[in-house]
Amino acid sequence: MSESHGASIELENLTKRYPGNAEPSVDDVTMEIRAGETVVLVGPSGCGKSTTLKMINRLIEPSGGRIRIGGEDVTGIDPVRLRRKIGYAIQSSGLFPHMTVAQNIALVPRMTGWPKARIRDRVAEMLDLVGLDPGEFRHRYPRQLSGGQQQRVGVARALAADPPVLLMDEPFGAVDPVTRVHLQDELLRLQRELHRTIVFVTHDFDEAIKLGDRIAVLRECSRIAQFDTPETILTSPADDFVSGFVGAGAALKRLDLSRVRDVEIAGCPTVTVDDPLRTVVDRLRSRGSRPGRPATGGGADELLLLDRSGRPSRWLRREDLTRARGSLTRAGVPVGGTVSHDATLRDALEAVLTDAAGRAVVTGRRGEYAGVVDMATLLDSVRGLLEADRLEALEALEPPHEPEEARTAPTHAEQKGPAGQATA
Amino acid sequence: MSTLSFWEYLDSRHRQLLTDAWQHASVVFQCMVVATLAGVAIGVFTYRSGWAGDLATTSTATVLTVPSLAMIGLLIPVAGLGVPPTVIALTLYGLLPIVRNCVVGLRSVDPSLVDAANGIGMSRLTRLVRVELPLAWPPILTGIRVSTQMLMGIAAIAAYASGPGLGNEIFRGIASLGSRNALNQVLAGTLGIIVLALLFDAAYVVVGRLTIPGGIRV
Ligand SMILES: Nc1ncnc2c1ncn2[C@@H]1O[C@H](COP(=O)(O)OP(=O)(O)O)[C@@H](O)[C@H]1O
Ligand SMILES: [Mg+2]
Repeated sequence: MSESHGASIELENLTKRYPGNAEPSVDDVTMEIRAGETVVLVGPSGCGKSTTLKMINRLIEPSGGRIRIGGEDVTGIDPVRLRRKIGYAIQSSGLFPHMTVAQNIALVPRMTGWPKARIRDRVAEMLDLVGLDPGEFRHRYPRQLSGGQQQRVGVARALAADPPVLLMDEPFGAVDPVTRVHLQDELLRLQRELHRTIVFVTHDFDEAIKLGDRIAVLRECSRIAQFDTPETILTSPADDFVSGFVGAGAALKRLDLSRVRDVEIAGCPTVTVDDPLRTVVDRLRSRGSRPGRPATGGGADELLLLDRSGRPSRWLRREDLTRARGSLTRAGVPVGGTVSHDATLRDALEAVLTDAAGRAVVTGRRGEYAGVVDMATLLDSVRGLLEADRLEALEALEPPHEPEEARTAPTHAEQKGPAGQATA
Repeated sequence: MSTLSFWEYLDSRHRQLLTDAWQHASVVFQCMVVATLAGVAIGVFTYRSGWAGDLATTSTATVLTVPSLAMIGLLIPVAGLGVPPTVIALTLYGLLPIVRNCVVGLRSVDPSLVDAANGIGMSRLTRLVRVELPLAWPPILTGIRVSTQMLMGIAAIAAYASGPGLGNEIFRGIASLGSRNALNQVLAGTLGIIVLALLFDAAYVVVGRLTIPGGIRV
């Protein structure tokens, strides 16, 4: 991937009044977004999130204030040129139905005059990046894609010309919950590779917590109620409006802030479909003799059967083998829930709770086996996390901020860098 | 009274009939080209403004309420006889369905697509050419088809101003009603127009296949 990174965005007293409206839709917003961080604007419908976002690429011309991107004042420059350096992805995917996937993705590179061959490579690269097979998808039309695939292509198009800044307006708002979780995970993975500056709009607080390095909770007229890390907002909301928005179950929501990669993943004994039955039986008998840690949780006298690509396929017990008559592919029970390294602890908990034996298989980037998590592991990590949050909040003890203060003065927590950034 | 059978009539006059048919098709085709270019241009310049777009559609609709015979009659003192009044009248009549469908088609492009086009940095012209016109093209093409059908009939009236085409056949027949070949003449002219209209329509189906992108073809 390219080496270029995000650019900072500064909004200074940004205001938008629509003619005919008594109230401004966006009233005097000042906000500093650091290069490479993901900032989520979250707030009730109609509070001016989209208007604020669209002023950054000047789809809506501000009535007052300034916008600086990477230090450059862009309030007065040619908006068309500006927008080619800012990726833009929207709820309905915005794909042009009369163009193929490849043509859609190639639009910005074409407009900026890239040579043909480079564009072709870039299209394939972008499709790969968002997890779609170029051979299969490049010649399809948008209507031949599922909603989730359309959104992926929309993101690929937004990123095609390698913009330092990416604006996303409720991009996952129109897809089903399962797909939304996948797309969110993908975005997190992408961002770990790309380090763009992302401004993401949503009305879904849980989504904000999951995706944001920092979250700006907006009230009416886009006034900033609190702008801070998800941890701080969860543990010390600035006022009643923010607590109302955080909603019940802050401790549960904390689960959305940590990923499977942050907790200890255990191993479990595995065999592959190509292993001779003999080996499998021996393994089950002599468990623990295998190098590495003994299995944890409910998998102690079980083996995990992997398919030829190393993906988890079935759980095998002794009794299963006697019935299997040589065919491993039929024996045992199929693996239920799997979670990726990027999955949140909430997803992992969900998978563990629904699994009959109380464990979930962790898979790597291509779905290959990476380990297992179980209930005990999850509980330990969550307790640890909540305790750490509490200590941190006590340390940073600033009694609930006035919204006005929060708007202008960076809070303590802002100084310590993006928190959602994975440490693994 | 020995009248020629219709087939014998066609046989004896086929050269003249083919010439008339050719000229008929040719004048309709050329007027359609002009009406299409002008109609799309009018649509493109007016669709974004509420009143201008409405004015364009209303005024072109008004043209249609003028009987074509009267229109040609009115044009003769200005444009003389023959081809000029024919071309002017046909082009004016041809405009309406194209302007209307163009304005409606451009206005019904999904606003989120316009937003997306702007958002990824298309200029107004690029957006129009690459996004809006291609998406509005199916209704525009329908407008062109409707116009063509209409002009086929109206072009026959042009013979009144000594214009070209199959109308001459019909007018000659009407002028000599009761004579030996009157009915054959009217019939030959009318059927000729119908056949031409069908041929044009078939051509538009092919044009549609070739020009409407797969992603939005129904
Ligand atoms: N083009 C417009 N003309 C007038 N008012 C508008 C326009 N667009 C948005 N608004 C108003 O601005 C406010 C904020 O809208 P928006 O930014 O779309 O909210 P959100 O994205 O948070 O739901 C709303 O009250 C809306 O009515
Ligand atoms: Mg919105």
